[in-house]
Amino acid sequence: MSLRNKIIVAGVGESDIGKVPGMTGVGLNAQACKRALDDAGLTLKDVDGVLTAYTMTEPYFMLGTVVAEYLGIQPRYCASVAVGGGSPAVMLKHAAEAVLAGHCDTVLVCAGENRATGQSRDSAVAALTIVGHPYFENPYGPLIPGFYAMIARRYMHEFGTTREQMAAVAVNGRNHALRHPNAHMTKSITAEDVLNSKPIAEPLNILDCCLISDAAGAFVVTRADRAPDLANDPAYLLGIGEFHTHEHLIAAPSLTEFGCKQSGEAAYAMAGLGPRDVDFAQLYDCFTIVPIIEMEELGLAERGEGGERFLRGETAIEGSLPINTDGGLLSHAQAGAGGGIFGIVEATRQLRGDQGDRQVKKHDVALVHNEGGILSSNCTMLLGREAR
Amino acid sequence: MSGDLPAPLVNADSAPYWEGARDNKLLLQRCSDCGTLRFFPRYLCTACGSENTDWIEAAGRGTVHSFTVVHRAAFPEFQERTPYVVALIDLEEGPRMMTNIVGADALEVAIGDAVMVEFEDRGGDGAKVPQFRRA
Repeated sequence: MSLRNKIIVAGVGESDIGKVPGMTGVGLNAQACKRALDDAGLTLKDVDGVLTAYTMTEPYFMLGTVVAEYLGIQPRYCASVAVGGGSPAVMLKHAAEAVLAGHCDTVLVCAGENRATGQSRDSAVAALTIVGHPYFENPYGPLIPGFYAMIARRYMHEFGTTREQMAAVAVNGRNHALRHPNAHMTKSITAEDVLNSKPIAEPLNILDCCLISDAAGAFVVTRADRAPDLANDPAYLLGIGEFHTHEHLIAAPSLTEFGCKQSGEAAYAMAGLGPRDVDFAQLYDCFTIVPIIEMEELGLAERGEGGERFLRGETAIEGSLPINTDGGLLSHAQAGAGGGIFGIVEATRQLRGDQGDRQVKKHDVALVHNEGGILSSNCTMLLGREAR
Repeated sequence: MSGDLPAPLVNADSAPYWEGARDNKLLLQRCSDCGTLRFFPRYLCTACGSENTDWIEAAGRGTVHSFTVVHRAAFPEFQERTPYVVALIDLEEGPRMMTNIVGADALEVAIGDAVMVEFEDRGGDGAKVPQFRRA
């Protein structure tokens, strides 16, 4: 079913971000939801669908209905989606499909957690071991950065990607976060800072790794014909695709080719667009190697050239292909399944064209990519300033 | 890496694998119908869907596909062992598995290195995990 031009992101919001000790994880989601509805000019009474992901910091099961209950609403469409960092984009797709099928009219989508203050740093790190295979990976003491480090090592081996290029990804994100009023990170960094930061799992250092934030984001999905009633310009869904190849790294078909290729091709095909039509991109950047791979898999750079584009500054807000204009997971926010939602929030804002000194010059078509697990679940979308 | 690390978790799919490890054998599942080898063990053949399975003993030789040197362990019981190597190796028979690279020269490991299996005590009751060292 083609969703092209039929669905809009009607409003977006993000919670307070960083260390927010006075709020619960679900509370952060509620704050983001309120801001997204305000942004759309809608209220909770307009919402008849709720999608959210999961939490690792609070003892809730059935998080979709937990959120609906917390907001005091009774939706006719509700679910929890658990494909890791891929969840927000996948939720947008599933919300769009539900709206188009007539199951509901207005879906509120949110994700995020109080990861910075809702648990100790050690327990935050330990909780993430559930991403590893409990029987055939965890006996060897891996960790999420280690899984991505093995991908990085292989990618460097096959395509010549360098540590300096990966450091440039971190610096690119930080430079953008400094222009964002709500970003977790507020101090500038240099490539040398990244290269000399504490090693976590070689070749990844701490500044190659995403943040642990208190943060939640939200957006509202509805039919495109409702655009004239909204408080702000919507983002039009031009194309979207998902693809899932594995969960655990031992079962990944490859360490250099991932499902982003298929999810991207599906999104481009639905939109009738190609990589050259993309004005700016919000790529998933849990680790510095990842947006380099995604760029290449999504056709935004030739194989082996993604890192060089970051190093040359082409991915800066003033560059030829701005990437991660809010700072990404590396510098804006990362809170569990919430990480990728800010790419959707930021793309929608950039498409409106009112982001001040963070505004990209050409803002007709945005690409957003989310991935979860170890590049396991991938979802790519193209959003437009107008239907096309 | 040694016996004070916890024993591996055993479930119905993996019990024969871990029983084999106790006897210093690296076992692989093989589809009785189409012959496809698979790792990790599971109920169905991922190639043909068959439920008929037997097990073969692998030679224990492989090559390093990729690796990382871990400096910040996620599990507290591994932290005092840092830095240690986690690797993906391609077995001679085809399947890919995760391991540590052990031995005095483990930190010098490189992609493409030949490696050989050995078995490491875990948990103190005879349980072992396959480990690999540079051949």
